[in-house]
Parts: sequence; structure tokens; C-alpha cells
Amino acid sequence: MLTLLLIFWPLLATLVFFAIKPHEAKKWALAASLIELAISLVLVILFDTEDSTQFVINHPWIESLGIGFYIGIDGISLLLVLLTTVLTPLIILSSFKQQYENAPSFYGLVLFMEMALLGVFCALDGFLFYIFWEMALIPIYFICLRWGGVNRGPVTLKFFIYTLAGSLVMLIGLIYLYFQTPGDHTFNIQALYAAGQNLTVYEQGIIFWALFIAFAVKMPVFPFHTWQPDTYHTAPTAGTMLLSGIMLKMGIYGVIRWLIPVVPDGVESWGTTALTLSVIGIVYASFLAIIQKDLKRLVAYSSIAHVGLIAAGIFTLNRIGLQGAMIQMVSHGIVIVGLFYIIDIIIARTATQEIANLGGIRSSAPIFNSVFIIILLGSVALPLTSGFVGEFLLINAVFQYNFVSGAFAALTMIFGAVYMLRSFQMTMLGESNAATKSFLDIDRQEKWVLYPIVIMILLIGIYPAPLLKVSEVAVDDLLSIISNYHAGIRN
Amino acid sequence: MELIVSLIPLAPLSGFLLIALLNKKLRQWLVALMACSSVLFSFFLSVALFFSLGEDQQAFTFTGFDWITAGNFSVSFSLLVDPLSILMMLIITGVGFLIHVYSAGYMHGDEGYNRFFAYLNLFIFFMLILVMGSNYLLMFVGWEGVGLCSYLLIGFWFKNTEYNNAAKKAFIMNRIGDLGLILGVIMIFIHFGTLSYQEVFAKAPELMSGSETITIITILLFIGAIGKSAQIPLYTWLPDAMAGPTPVSALIHAATMVTAGIYMIARNNILYSLSPFTLDLIIVIGLATALVAATIAVAQNDIKKVLAYSTVSQLGLMFLALGLGAYTSGVFHMTTHAFFKALLFLGAGSVIHGMGGEQDIRNMGGLRKYLPITFATFLIGTLAISGIPPFAGFFSKDEILATAFAENKIVWALAFFASLLTAFYMFRLFFLTFSGTTRGKQEAGHHIHESPGTMTTPLIILAVLSAIGGFIGVPELLGGSHALNNFLAPVFEQSRALATPHLLSHTMELILIAVVVALTLVVIFLAYLLYVRSKKVPTPEGVTLNTFHRLIYNKYYVDETYEKIILKPLNFLYKALDALVERLLIDRAVNGAGKAVTWGGKTLRFVQTGNTGFYIFAMVISIIILLVVKTFV
Repeated sequence: MLTLLLIFWPLLATLVFFAIKPHEAKKWALAASLIELAISLVLVILFDTEDSTQFVINHPWIESLGIGFYIGIDGISLLLVLLTTVLTPLIILSSFKQQYENAPSFYGLVLFMEMALLGVFCALDGFLFYIFWEMALIPIYFICLRWGGVNRGPVTLKFFIYTLAGSLVMLIGLIYLYFQTPGDHTFNIQALYAAGQNLTVYEQGIIFWALFIAFAVKMPVFPFHTWQPDTYHTAPTAGTMLLSGIMLKMGIYGVIRWLIPVVPDGVESWGTTALTLSVIGIVYASFLAIIQKDLKRLVAYSSIAHVGLIAAGIFTLNRIGLQGAMIQMVSHGIVIVGLFYIIDIIIARTATQEIANLGGIRSSAPIFNSVFIIILLGSVALPLTSGFVGEFLLINAVFQYNFVSGAFAALTMIFGAVYMLRSFQMTMLGESNAATKSFLDIDRQEKWVLYPIVIMILLIGIYPAPLLKVSEVAVDDLLSIISNYHAGIRN
Repeated sequence: MELIVSLIPLAPLSGFLLIALLNKKLRQWLVALMACSSVLFSFFLSVALFFSLGEDQQAFTFTGFDWITAGNFSVSFSLLVDPLSILMMLIITGVGFLIHVYSAGYMHGDEGYNRFFAYLNLFIFFMLILVMGSNYLLMFVGWEGVGLCSYLLIGFWFKNTEYNNAAKKAFIMNRIGDLGLILGVIMIFIHFGTLSYQEVFAKAPELMSGSETITIITILLFIGAIGKSAQIPLYTWLPDAMAGPTPVSALIHAATMVTAGIYMIARNNILYSLSPFTLDLIIVIGLATALVAATIAVAQNDIKKVLAYSTVSQLGLMFLALGLGAYTSGVFHMTTHAFFKALLFLGAGSVIHGMGGEQDIRNMGGLRKYLPITFATFLIGTLAISGIPPFAGFFSKDEILATAFAENKIVWALAFFASLLTAFYMFRLFFLTFSGTTRGKQEAGHHIHESPGTMTTPLIILAVLSAIGGFIGVPELLGGSHALNNFLAPVFEQSRALATPHLLSHTMELILIAVVVALTLVVIFLAYLLYVRSKKVPTPEGVTLNTFHRLIYNKYYVDETYEKIILKPLNFLYKALDALVERLLIDRAVNGAGKAVTWGGKTLRFVQTGNTGFYIFAMVISIIILLVVKTFV
């Protein structure tokens, strides 16, 4: 029941938006998302870290097609659920200064999106997963289209077609797997695993690409990334935060849950290719980040680099890499929401997001400056920030997998520092100018968003053990599926 | 005992937190008091630890909590107390405390006063973590942490773009080294299955001496040291780092942080002794750096720049010692260097303070009568660094030279030459600053004043240490027992078993000392003739005497070369990737596909009412296909 409540509470809460005044919408949305956070915390308390999938609900749904309403939560899901429920209130709170036209529908869409995201992370039925996956696209599509910036039409369309094309390929892959299940066919996850694992190596390779492209577009992995800088740039900040903080984790989660265990031989054949693409993406995106003139685009490219490292770590199929990927997903979400909020504050105060036109903000906004530095350190993975734990484990795993890839992946340490320090210097340091002279330091509402982010970055960096513990069993389960499969093949 | 160990880093950390969180509400004197006393507290605790370490217990670890655990990887917050870490703790907190006190005077009136002390305390914390960590990852925490503090303090006056660039350069060049270091750490984990020093060192002898693994590991770690300790080719950040306030140059960029590389290699002595190739590499790089930096220092006119290149050069000598397998000598020179280089930098700070911000030695001269205490202490520091007995530098440098002589005469000759250059440029600096008459602007002369007691007291204490500090390592030859050697013996026990000692006869050693000291005195006299007798003043900006002078005056054009062969091509690469791959290749392919879909969508639109968009359309189509297929299969 709790899982059901978790997923559908945000949807239920959207009903309220039909009855309230527009200016009250944000408060109601915040309240709803905080209640959702409380629900997820109850889950965390009840969660047994020694056990695998918990809080399972498995009801027949469309019985004739073998589709079940099958949901449950294991450690991997729980971390992402927690990330979603923690970030959503922060994202809502961060938009409080915006005067959105038609605010009730805006916040309704945000909550709808939260529901879909949670559904994705909990679904254990292939078809249900697909439904939630596509449902997550609808609200963000409208958010970008209605409340986005200049040029939002074409940009949103590109984003939409891109991800939709990816999803359609995935659907075909899922349906193919569905028909491989025995008897009356089913979308049940275990059945799909078994079906995929029974395929020939060649078929597994094809399914691998069908599913991987959908996930690769979402993350995005090089060279499927070109929708992302434009979209992040054009979307309203809350939308960008939802996309970068949570939604891109759908792609990574997809690889972990719906790709690796489904086609182990496909991963065996193509994993190195995917890993190499990811590593290329790290270096490539870091290079492009260095020459960006616009803050949002810079962070967008930095995100491609960071996510590339996560993807590479997953394809090592190494315990260290997968655990690193889990903690890095959490860290990336927190850090990037922080960075986009920093940028949002700068744009709101100075009306410019061109790096070259800023500078000297530090003089008049010391608290803002300190917060920016800590979030930046999380991004460049300084030890004792959340970014380091994941980045170290990931580089470790990739280096074990292949020295050359590891060395290239580790270049993110240098180039990450180059583009982050450069943008920090050009916005915050030096003499102030007309745009930044009367920059106000952050106010109470902004502190309520930024302080929790800063605290989480430091806390996870200093004591990541509880988070690592949460996903431990689930990661072991995943790896034992793979090793059982390979052991079975050999016998 | 555990409480003491954990309080040592926690005291400066809490100092940092208090100052940082209460920043605006605290008066300056209170901030200075809190910052200084927290470091002094750590110093006292370190002294207590020093005395608690006995024959029966030479090392112990204190484990706080598990930090990162994933799969078979596990690392904890665990501190190691042994002679080497205690020595480092004493230097860091002792010299650190003196520099804190000095800063209370030096930074007086600066609007960033509180912020300055917060950073300084944070630095002490990270530096202590660096040397106290009982595993490689914790060392890395400190390693990167001190890099951060260095970044924050070089760019302390953040309105100045040049300073900011220097800070960024330092951080990024350090990160290049850190990349090598972290890969080395990962290699260690891959091969030993652990990152704890004690476990790694216990297993290390299983590896074949000179095997590929150990060579790669030691080289990767050494790359980290090259970055942090400013060796060729990553040394150019250190002279630029002089943009920071002078106490920072003394503490971070002379006495402590830059010696982290020395500490790291000394800590890993067993690994390095197993890798003769890496040791040779260290000799080459250390020696080359010592020479290059010393020659550059001869032609610099900024008082802090001279000292900066001097630091680079002295670090090169320390690496030379390590490369020769003389770990104790390297650590010994690091210790004495911490005393006299901190003294020289603080003295320079006192001069700059007294001259109202002037840093060009061409505008100084005759400061002896205005700054008597600074003059006297600076003289002691200069004698110490030049290696005049019985000052501290003499003993440690002599040890390195003697080892080099026993190993290889060419190495010795080059190292000796670097040492002579040191004496020359230091006395050049000293004479130009303190002797003769003041050359600066007229009005400056009236305001020149000696620094307040908070600044001169640390100078005096450091001068005493620079004068007598060498006695912790008096060799048997000169009637001592080399206390430092005995103290550190347990740390280097393993590697000593592998070493083949080259023993010089006592007569030979005495001859060497005599030659070295005599020639050094000659060089000093030369400097005296040039800069006191003939009152020579270095050429004005842009004027050079000959090709070689132009070369060293312009620091061998290294920065310019890096700009040309690394930064420019990289920049070109970024732009080329953006224009060709991102826009031309990928984006065009995507847009092409997009257009095809749009066209397809428009063409197929007659099936639908058309206004619900692609999404619903696709959903419905997919479901229909599904149903159809289901019906027929």
C-alpha cells in the first residue's frame, strides 16, 4: 500500500489545483511535495537494507495481455525515489520568486511529473515501466513549451522527437521480449529477464541497442546529447532542474534495471562500445563546456561529462562501479539542482547569463559566494564533498576495466576544474560592473533551498556509508543475475 | 590517547567552523585569538604525542569510522601516529602557529581579516589530515584540501584578475598532478587490495624489485608530488602563487604544503626502494629543477619571486635526496627548510610591510637601519639557506651533497653548483635589500618602519630555529649522534634493508665539507663585491645584458612555451570540436532525422485529428500495433 501511496500521492494532490486561487498554487505544491517526502522517509525507515525487493504490489491489470500492476522497491529504486522526493520540494521552493502565468497548471504538471518519475523507479512490469516512462515526458514537454524561454518551440520539439524516437525503439524491444515469454506472454520483469537471457547472442545484441538508445538519449550519452544543452537553456529553471536532477536518472536506471539483466550477452558484446562512447562523452563534453559563453549551457555540458562517467562505471559491471554510479546519481542530482539555482539567482538579479558580462558578485554577496563555492566543489569532486565518493569509485572501476579508458575518464578531474573555476572566476570574482554592482545576497527563501543542498553535499561526502549500504544488496542481486547467467551458459 | 590524536586535526577545524559561521559577528582580535590558539593547542598535543612515543610503541593507528565501502573496497577515517607523522605535525602546527601570530599583525586592517584566518585554520586541518591519514585516500583528502586552501588564499584579494588567474593556475596544475596520484592510488588498490599504508607496506616486498607494477605505481604517485611540490614540468604555478598574502607564501608555498610531495615519497619509501627506475627519474627531475629554478632566481627582482624560485630549487634538492634513497636526508632538509624559508618569507613580508607594499629589490636598499630586527633575522635565514655552518641548512644540505658524492660525482657537481647559486642569489637579495642606501622613491624613505611585535616575535623564534635547528641531525663525523636519524629509523626500516650504503671515509667527508663551505664563502664574497662594493643594481625592466641573462630573466620562456604548445592547440581543439563535430556532424544528422519525422508526422496526420501532437499519436499507434499483433499471434 505504501508504494501505491508513494506513487499516487502527487497525482492525488494535483486535484487540489482545480479548487484553489492561482497565487496559492505554489504553497499547496510545496506542501504536497513535503508530504510526499515524509511518505518516502517512512519507506526509508521501514526498508530492510539486508533484503532485496520490498513493498511489492502485484495485481493483475490487463490480464489478457499479461500486463500486471507490479511495483516494488529495492535499494537501487529507493535511492532514486529518495532523490526524487528530496529534490522536488527544493525545486518547487526554488521557483517561488517566479510569477508563472497559470501557476496551478504549472505546479500540477510538476507534481504529475513526480508521480511519473516515481512510477518509473518502482515499476516491475515492462509495460507499466513504459507507461510511466512516457508519462514523464508529457509534463516536461508542456512545462518547456508553455513556460520556456526564447525559441522554445523548435527546441522543445527537437527534445520531444529525440526522446520519443528513443522510447519507440525501446517499446519495440520490450514487445519483442514480451513475445519471447512462454505461454500467454507477460510483461513481468522476471519473465522478461528470462526471455531476454534465452535469446541468442545476436538477438541480444539487437535488443541491447533497441533499449540502450532510449536510455542513452535520456542520460544523454555521446553522441545522443545534442538536444540537451538547448533544452536546458530554454526550459524554465524548474524544468531544467527536473530534467537534469531527476529525469536523466531514468536513463541510467533503465540501463541498470532494464538492460543489463535482460541481455547479459548483449552487454558482453556491446558493453565496451557503450563504455567507450561514455568515456568519449566525458572528454568531449568537458572540452565543449570550456568554451561555452552561457552559464546554463556550460552546466549542461558538464552534466554530459559527469553522466558519461556514471554510464561508463555501470558498464564495467563491477561492484565498485555500480555502487559508485548509485551514489553519484544522488550527488549529481543534488549538485546540479544547486548549480542551476545559482544560475537562476544570477540571471534574476542581473538579467544576464552571458559569463563574459558578469563578475565581481562576490564583493556584495559573500554568503551566496560561499554557497556557490561548496556546490562547485561538489561538482569538481573535491574530497569530503558528495561528488568525490562517486567519482573516485567510478574512476576506480573504469580503471580496473581498462587502463586507457580509466585514464581518459579521470581527465574529468582536470577539465572539470578548468571550466568550473573559469566560470566561477568570471561571474563571482574581479571587479563588479554595472550588472553586478548592486547584487543582493541570498534571502531567506533562497537559503531554504541552498542550505539543504550544501548540507547534503558535505554530509554525503563525509559519511556516505548509509547511502552505500542502501543499494548494496540490490547491486549484489544484479551482479549475481549476471554471474548466474554466465555460469549457466558455461554448464 | 585517542582523544589527543583526534583533537589535533579537530582543533583547527573547529576554529575554521567557528570563524566561518560567525564571520560577521566576531571582532578581529577575537578571530586572531581563536585561530592562533586552536593551532597552538594542536601543537601542544603534538608535543605530548612526541613524548608518548617510546621504544615499546613506535606507531599506532586510531580509527574513527568507515568512510567509503563498496564491494571489496573499503577505506576508513583512520589516523596514523608514527615518527614521520609526528615530525610533520610538529612542523605544521609549530611553524603554522608562528605564522598565524605573524598574520595577526600583517593582515591588520584588511577587510578580509576574518576570512583569512578561517582559510588558514582550514589549511592546517587539511595539512594535518594529509600527514596523519593512515591510508592513501585520506592522504588524498588532505592533498586536495590543501590545494583548495591554496587556491582560496592565492586569490585572497579576489578583485585582482591577475591574482585570480594565479589561483586558478595553481589549482589546475595541482589537479594534473592529483590525477596521477589518484590513478596511482587506484593501482595500489588493484594490486594490493587495500589502501592502508601498513597493509600495503607489509605486502610490498612480495613484488619483484623493479617490476612493471611497482614502477608504474611509484611514477604515478610521483606525478602527484611533481604537481604539489612544484617540480619540472609543473613548477610554474608556484612563482605565480606569490600573489597571495605573504604569510600564505611562507606557510603554504614554502614551509608546509609544497613539502607534501617529500612527505609522500618518504612515507612510501619501501615502494620507491623497490623501483630503482623511479628513483633515477626522481634524481633527474629533482636535480634539473634545482638547477633551473636556481638560475632563474639569480635574475629576478621581486623579493617574493626570488624566494619562490629558491623554494622550487630547494625542493628539487630534497627530491634529489629522496631519489638517492637518502630519505632521512630529504626529510631533514625539509625540516630545516621549513624553518629558514618560513623565516625568509616572513622577513620579506616584514620588508614589504615596512616599505608600504614595495616588492622590487631595485627600489630597496639600506633597510638595515630602518628594520633592525628584520635585518638580523633575515641574515640568519640567508646564512642558513646558503649552508654556512653551524646554521640549520648546513647540516641538511651537507648530508645531501655527501650522499650524492658517494653515488655519482656528476650528480654531486651539479647539486653543488645549484647550492652555490643559492648562496649567490640569496646574498644578492640580502645585499640589495639591506645594505647601501635606499633607492626607492624619496617619500617612501620617511615611512619605512619596523614591524610590530606580533610580526617580529615569530621572526626571532624562527631565526633561533634556523640557527640551531640543524643540531637535530649532527652527523657522527662532527661528534653528534644524528637524533633525527634515530627518531625516524622505524619509518625507513624496510627500505634500509634494501639499500646498499656507500660509505665515504671520514677524511673524504671532511674534505668535501671544507671545499663546499670554502667555495660558498667565495661566492658570497663575489656577491658582496658586486652588490655592496660596486653598488651594482639590477637592470631596469626589459633591459637584459646578454642572451643567457635574457633567458633566465624571462624564466626560460616556459610559460610562453606552455601557452604555445599546450593551451593554444587545446583551445583550437575545443573550437574545432564545437564547429565540426557538434554543429556540423551530430546536430545536422539529428536535424535531418528530425525533419524526416516531422514530414512523416505531417503526412500521416490525416489519420488523426492532428492537434494532439506526436506523443499521443505515437502512444495510440503503439497500443494499436500491440493489440493487432496480440490478436493474430
